[in-house]
Amino acid sequence: MNNILIRGGRIFDPGNQLDLYGDLLMVNGFVSEISQHIEAKNAQIIPAEGCIVTAGFIDLHCHLREPGFEQKGTIASETKAALESGFTTICSMPNTDPTPDNASALQGLKEKILSDSHIRVLPVAATTQGRAGLILSEISELVAAGCVAFSDDGNPIESGLIMRRALETAGSLGIPIAEHSDDPSLSNNGVMNEGYISERLGLIGQPSAAETSAVARNIEICALTKAPLHLMHLTSARSLELVADAKAAGLPITCEVTPSHLYLTEDAVGGDNLVNEPAYDTAAKINPPLRSEADRQALLAGVNAGIIDAIATDHAPHASEEKLQEFSKAPFGISCLETALATITTLTNRGELDFEAALKALTAGPAAAFRLQEGLGKLTPNLSKDVTIFDANEQWIVDAHQFTSMGKNSPLHGYELTGRVKKVIYDGILSWSRESTT
Amino acid sequence: MPTQSKSDKSEPTKSEPAIWLRKDLLDTADLNLADFNLIFETTDAMIEVRERPIARTTTLRGTTLATLFYENSTRTRASFEIAGKALGADVVNLSASQSSVGKGESLIDTVRTLEAIGADILVLRHPLSGASTLASKYTNASVINAGDGMHAHPTQALLDLFTIKQHLGELSGRKIVIVGDILHSRVARSNIWALLTLGAQITLCGPATLLPKYFTQHKSDLQNVTVTTNLKTALSNADVVMTLRLQKERQRNSIIPSLSEYIRNYQINNDTIALAKSTAIVMHPGPVNAGFEISQEVAEGKQSVISAQVTNGVAIRMALLYLFATRTTDFPA
Repeated sequence: MNNILIRGGRIFDPGNQLDLYGDLLMVNGFVSEISQHIEAKNAQIIPAEGCIVTAGFIDLHCHLREPGFEQKGTIASETKAALESGFTTICSMPNTDPTPDNASALQGLKEKILSDSHIRVLPVAATTQGRAGLILSEISELVAAGCVAFSDDGNPIESGLIMRRALETAGSLGIPIAEHSDDPSLSNNGVMNEGYISERLGLIGQPSAAETSAVARNIEICALTKAPLHLMHLTSARSLELVADAKAAGLPITCEVTPSHLYLTEDAVGGDNLVNEPAYDTAAKINPPLRSEADRQALLAGVNAGIIDAIATDHAPHASEEKLQEFSKAPFGISCLETALATITTLTNRGELDFEAALKALTAGPAAAFRLQEGLGKLTPNLSKDVTIFDANEQWIVDAHQFTSMGKNSPLHGYELTGRVKKVIYDGILSWSRESTT
Repeated sequence: MPTQSKSDKSEPTKSEPAIWLRKDLLDTADLNLADFNLIFETTDAMIEVRERPIARTTTLRGTTLATLFYENSTRTRASFEIAGKALGADVVNLSASQSSVGKGESLIDTVRTLEAIGADILVLRHPLSGASTLASKYTNASVINAGDGMHAHPTQALLDLFTIKQHLGELSGRKIVIVGDILHSRVARSNIWALLTLGAQITLCGPATLLPKYFTQHKSDLQNVTVTTNLKTALSNADVVMTLRLQKERQRNSIIPSLSEYIRNYQINNDTIALAKSTAIVMHPGPVNAGFEISQEVAEGKQSVISAQVTNGVAIRMALLYLFATRTTDFPA
């Protein structure tokens, strides 16, 4: 039958506390057996010497742009990019047109996913109608139609009362609210982190207090409602302190960080030395913004300590001409699926990130945060069907023009990174292999 | 001495060859001491040209200067145009409101179009920070930043420094006080980087909401910069008092509680200017809101050099156009 034998890799499954050198057998599409040596007849052999064999990655935060913004990206193009980057499950953000704030819009999206997607796409529905923060979406209807979480991503829910109602309503169904924590009156239409570089460049900055004050409020409302709350793309040291305290108090809070914020700082926008550095780099314009080195260090420590549940990409492709504008006019967002693993493994190779913690944040961590079906994010026999095989030591130079994603904007363009996805088994089938690069 | 006129503007200094290699002028932070000296020496020569009975040359005949203004301007635009014509250049003036920008043409396309129709030097004024940096990456023409958002206004800073040197001589060790809305001011920023390179002591003074908050954290770059909300201590022993235009809409955004409160605490008038050295000069980049950031008496008083700034603005811009039009693009092997 349709059996696959992955031979000779380091099988690393943080969700099951499994780490051994050996073989993994898949039978009829499911992980069947993992041990030091397996003999199997009639199996497709996939050699994995020198590679890590782990569960297919899960991205809780991905912008596919379709429907409505197909010039930036499509379900087909962006899920292909995700597959080639080791992701087999992604959660799509609802800032599309139409926005999935009702069951029929979500159904339409799911049909398009079914026909076009290369991997499993689990839609996140809008928390409020039109993502306007005023009136709740039809939450139970959307849950019945198959959304895994709610978010108004890009827009914070400004009203504390609406936030409370959303948590109570979704929480009663066991579904988390994923919140972009920001106080817009404090972030003040800022286009980068507020600090020395924003002042030098003459750009309006968002102070990290705009994020942390909203994080503090959202944690208080979580304490009030006891409903699951997921804090998206945290960027500041202080936010992590607040989350650590909330978790210690037993609140149902989870959080994510992006590879961009783990790897880069506000220096990527302009640099201290404005003479020699490329200044006003719109490929480093993301929201929330890249922060200081002290913040970056705190985020790394947060992953290593398990405070951060998930590393989520916030992949946000844009058409090239949209980014070829004055910095303040260019949209927020960058293409980062295809550099996600490599930024993480480059950091683990440098000793800045703990390998097991980082891998967990790509697999079992996000699965638990969004309460996804059993088997996702793990290599559990008879449940799991997705396997990603990567070489943590392969060096390559990022060429954003070669991205599969329609978004070609990357602050890492030209960087040498270490770590590359080699093969991906999605839903029990070898779905993608990287051509030999040498 | 750089402030003295030299008959031969191209005579190199002894230590470094005085040649202009730069493609663009985006900010004063990009300039070193030799660059400043070369610009000021060239400006001295241009002042001589301006003092001739017929204040024109044909040095830049065949050079096309395009001014592209996305923001209104009186003195910057007029002085570039006058400077270009005084040197014999062809000058094309474009405003965003009268060009294809209104049809949605991007900055990059506009800049490429101007290059394609023959512009050698592009003078760009834009409301967004970094616009000149972006433009410079997409054209072979020289880009002179004539003000971009809150970022930089290098030609204003150069004429300010030239005016200070004209009146006080060397800048090294001089106490320069910049008063007002530092945070939103491209003039203040470009002056700060230029003054630091020339060795001045800088004090930035204004309401807390209009001061940079992070400059003092960068001691290595900015150890000669002091930031204070107290005008009295700021003005004490000052050699130069540079006032900045107060945007009246700042009040609407609660950045200042009221104009009268600003005037009470930060206006440069006969009472407050008395706190500075008696020899201190008073500057303003214009346009002046007389009665707000500066009183009419001081703006027109004996310590004011505001009209000298405007006059020097033409000579500075002539010098820059000359340097760009004749710049050396062949680097020594």
